[in-house]
Amino acid sequence: MTLAFITSRLRVEEKLLLQELEARGAAFERVDDARLRLDLVPESGEAPWSAAWNRSLAFGRTLYATEALEARGVTCFNSAHVTRTCGDKVLTSLALAAASVPSLRTEVCFTPEAALEAAERFGYPCVLKPVVGSWGRLVARLDTRAAAEAVFEDRAVLGSWQHSVFYVQEYVEKKGRDARVFVVGGEAIAGIWRTSEHWITNTAQGGSVSRCEVGGEIAEVAEAAAAAVGGGILAVDLVETTNGLAALEVNHSGEFRNSIAPTGVDIPGAMVDHVLGSLSNGPILRPMEAVR
Amino acid sequence: MTTLKAQTASCPLCEAAVPVPADVMQGEVLACDDCGAELEVQTIDPLALAEAPEVAEDWGE
Repeated sequence: MTLAFITSRLRVEEKLLLQELEARGAAFERVDDARLRLDLVPESGEAPWSAAWNRSLAFGRTLYATEALEARGVTCFNSAHVTRTCGDKVLTSLALAAASVPSLRTEVCFTPEAALEAAERFGYPCVLKPVVGSWGRLVARLDTRAAAEAVFEDRAVLGSWQHSVFYVQEYVEKKGRDARVFVVGGEAIAGIWRTSEHWITNTAQGGSVSRCEVGGEIAEVAEAAAAAVGGGILAVDLVETTNGLAALEVNHSGEFRNSIAPTGVDIPGAMVDHVLGSLSNGPILRPMEAVR
Repeated sequence: MTTLKAQTASCPLCEAAVPVPADVMQGEVLACDDCGAELEVQTIDPLALAEAPEVAEDWGE
């Protein structure tokens, strides 16, 4: 057999998942993505592993490793399609809209001038987000036209090419909180409210956490958002609007260290059960060869 | 959750003794109390620490 558990820097989450894998006697190999060498034009069809669960911190590494492994028939958690869709906010918005999942009004623009027109249409405040990024980094609330002009120019001049892909979004007064719902195998298993006096409620930015009941509309929207990006092991962020819940983003490598205690749910255990359960019904795990 | 055993590693920046948890794993990040550096565990046997890389733009969830 072998399930590859791929990591980079080890977070608390990966340690908990490794403990759960070991507790279940799962045969797996931990793989450091810094050492990966994946043959894109392989001479033989043998893949190094039958399955892979990628928990790397880096979106780029995760995406390309998953693409390369899937091309050789390796079952990946999450899939390359899901990783690509979740890791890029434009693709996430498109997937949510295509599935008619409620989300926020958003425009993508490619010049500061067009981005300013989008901001003027939404009115102030509005929000600029990087298309790739996490933990609330480089998310900017634009309170005035002058602020918008300054931020758009800065991103265009000082940023990488991706910062000139302007993802401009309406601002929602979210009552100081938003919800994170963990959806595993299509089912919303746990949720938290993230509360902060700051308009960014991400726990990486210091937001506090309390239990969120995952029934009714919350479960419905979270599960629909997870399905829209392709399903798997996901963390869906929801915001309350005057029109009901809206999906903000879907994370393919969600962090849950702060969500276990307030929810009382064994989130890493549920994730591991999903992976092992999927594999027991899927491809036969076979001995790995020392191919990296 | 973690317990400390009588094991330390040398900080590669300031050479202070960095306490290492008994259940430490390769890839984990430890902090040096003396200089404040974030240190990544490179190998367990032998125990080796290196300055952890800066957070990259595509890191996250």
